[in-house]
Amino acid sequence: MKYGIQLVGVGGQGVLLASTVLGSAAVSEDMDAAMSEVHGMAQRGGSVQCTVRIGQDVLSPLLSQGEANVLLGFEPAETCRNLVYANKDTYVITNTVPVVPVTVSSGLEEYPAVDDIIKAVKSSGVAKLIALDAASMAKEAGNAIAANSVLIGAMSAVPGFPLSKEKMLSILLERVPAKAKDVNQKAFEMGYEAALKCLSPQ
Amino acid sequence: MEKLLADSGRILLLGNEAIARGLIEAGCGVAATYPGTPSSEIGGVLDDVADKVGMYFEYSVNEIVAMEVAAAAAVSGVRSFAFMKHVGLNVASDAFMTLSYVGVRAGMVILTADDPSIHSSQSEQDNRYYAKFGLVPMLEPTTPAECKDMIIEAFKLSEKLHSPVLVRTTTRVNHARGAVNLSRPKKMQKKGVFEKDPAHLVTVPANARRDRIDQLERIKKAQELSEISPLNYITGSGSDGIITSGVSYTYAAEYIENAEILKLGFSYPLPEEKVKKFLQRKSRVVVIEELEPVIEDEVRRIAQQNGIRTEIIGKRTGHLPRAYEYTPDTLKALSGILKIKEGAQPLSSEIKLPSRPPVLCAGCPHRSTFYATKKAVGKEGAIYCTDIGCYTLGVQPPMNCADITLCMGSSIGTAGGFSEATDQKAVAFIGDSTFFHGGIPGLINAGYNKHNNLVLIILDNRTTAMTGHQPNPGTGRDYGGIESPPLKIEPLVRACGIEFVKTVDPYDLVAIEQAVREALDFNGPAVIVSEHACPLLRKKEGKLEKKLYEVDREKCIGCKICLSKFSCPALSVDNGKPLIDRTSCIGCGGCAQVCPQNAIEVKQ
Ligand code: SF4
Ligand code: SF4
Repeated sequence: MKYGIQLVGVGGQGVLLASTVLGSAAVSEDMDAAMSEVHGMAQRGGSVQCTVRIGQDVLSPLLSQGEANVLLGFEPAETCRNLVYANKDTYVITNTVPVVPVTVSSGLEEYPAVDDIIKAVKSSGVAKLIALDAASMAKEAGNAIAANSVLIGAMSAVPGFPLSKEKMLSILLERVPAKAKDVNQKAFEMGYEAALKCLSPQ
Repeated sequence: MEKLLADSGRILLLGNEAIARGLIEAGCGVAATYPGTPSSEIGGVLDDVADKVGMYFEYSVNEIVAMEVAAAAAVSGVRSFAFMKHVGLNVASDAFMTLSYVGVRAGMVILTADDPSIHSSQSEQDNRYYAKFGLVPMLEPTTPAECKDMIIEAFKLSEKLHSPVLVRTTTRVNHARGAVNLSRPKKMQKKGVFEKDPAHLVTVPANARRDRIDQLERIKKAQELSEISPLNYITGSGSDGIITSGVSYTYAAEYIENAEILKLGFSYPLPEEKVKKFLQRKSRVVVIEELEPVIEDEVRRIAQQNGIRTEIIGKRTGHLPRAYEYTPDTLKALSGILKIKEGAQPLSSEIKLPSRPPVLCAGCPHRSTFYATKKAVGKEGAIYCTDIGCYTLGVQPPMNCADITLCMGSSIGTAGGFSEATDQKAVAFIGDSTFFHGGIPGLINAGYNKHNNLVLIILDNRTTAMTGHQPNPGTGRDYGGIESPPLKIEPLVRACGIEFVKTVDPYDLVAIEQAVREALDFNGPAVIVSEHACPLLRKKEGKLEKKLYEVDREKCIGCKICLSKFSCPALSVDNGKPLIDRTSCIGCGGCAQVCPQNAIEVKQ
């Protein structure tokens, strides 16, 4: 089995950290991993993408269009921009907090209303959508900086996800500073619970 | 990092980390580079571990110096490594071409990291041509695991042939991550003995003529080794035939069914017999490679020389593109020829989203310098000659502070040219590291040849920022157990024959504007050193003393000058008035100085 995760967001949001957590968790479970990361100029506040593929005999560091099992968006416009990696069965997890690009704040372009972006994501055919205000949840957990732990927690709740919740959490905690462990663990749990709630039939 | 130094184990590594590990396992004693994406992270590992493993490592002032340092080690019997991005090999090419004549005693490996799709470069040149051009054998790894193995193999090959060996990677190899098995490192040897051998090493014409014959002998032998190399192998099964190398192999192996693949790891010189036999068994062969048809053209030559009628498909037949890196989806262009795996239908959305190009960070001192320079230049305007670094991002509105960039150091040369060829003012921007790398000859030229309309602004942010904050001569050295003091820029500029030079802090917008005005009025080439440390580096080092700025919504009249003219990414709009994001604002005070109403103030 091969499992593909596309992580997208804005430079500086922690997309890279989330992808290394995935890769390290996979390797520590003796699975193969093939990943692709963004370094260099794009990290200066531009759109960033990372690909993680895990499972037997994965080689390609990139996914083909429509191949992702999970699309994890750290920013709503970036989630929408990268829908091409998803298909109708893909779990799409998105943060709903926008990062407004300078092209918009300096008055050159417009940023659509977040509700419209979420609507657009749904009407593209996404059936399994987990939309979270990761910033508020992280703040509730103790620090807005832990927003990526919320998202990593949410991803660990996806049915059929090849890595266990415990593994994901322990690898995540290895990678955060000692004094931030509690906050990140709480943020992770909150993301996990919120995702379960989003996915359960009302 | 400790994991990377272990004797055994299986760990997740970035391609570049695997390359660094390969150097350790191979016992490479000397390594040198000038940082450049996508190869930079190799240096990031080495500046940390070199002294622990007994290796000498340096950030050289530029790539040709790095090549020369490594070459000296290799002719002294020490395994050595020079690494750089693709365009870095242009800078180092003069040494590279001759090194292939003189040869080496201990193994010498040169890594070129190409950047298809131009993620972080100014071109997507295909450096496999350098192997052919310089007659230097070349290996091309596919995955992080192969990165490590092929570095080790490249040293062995180099020693067998007494030739430097080129290892060519691409962004998707350097920045791929995968599991790598570690083996016990070979004993490190950092010092050798140089034995005089001027008949080979001093390339006066009589010697070089002899070396030329040796070079041809070496490449002939390399050809024989390529023929039997296990790095060139056939895998998969099926009636269709594919020849491929590098990362393209992963797409072919996973997304094409029913095909037999000849995978080339030792790709220059090609294993001609192997290719010939492969062609003879197939009625049609597809060559899958990024960028230029390097392998394809060789395969066509082999077919022609051997009278083989196999149909060869690739770029020359218009099936596959030459521009940009490949992805699994690129292979869809081959449907109808090969059996491409069917995938699920991708989703899409029509909603119009704003673009998000990379930008200068919040509080970036370059933004302040650009803003003030434009004010000083005024309506008359100037030709902005920029260079390679974060500040190339000044090309974007509202700054529009970039009219031409060619290569490292070109800002000064081109500004000199404009100064002579037009009556316009020419303003050049160059970073500190780029100035040391390739700017100094241009500046000597400007002083010597009296390019009087030239103003050079050295954006001295005390680091090599774009590639990940490596040190440079201006920062001094403090890694690998060696310390040296920073080289001062002002005296260096004066020594280049420049009479007007001033150092200013760009966070003081009035002072820098005034200095640029004076420089523009000066009759002669003039230099401003705009000095302020990169806030991103200060943040990483935990040394950033943040001030918090806030917009007074009473005083603010909503003119949005701060947003439209200064465009700091920490500023956004909230109900028609600017809002400062507390987490990203670093308190440079730029927006506050720009505001005509003094509506932005320090809060803490
Ligand atoms: S420049 Fe000053 S007055 Fe104008 S919008 Fe910005 S803060 Fe308000
Ligand atoms: S003070 Fe203003 S210009 Fe400087 S970082 Fe903060 S918001 Fe940006």
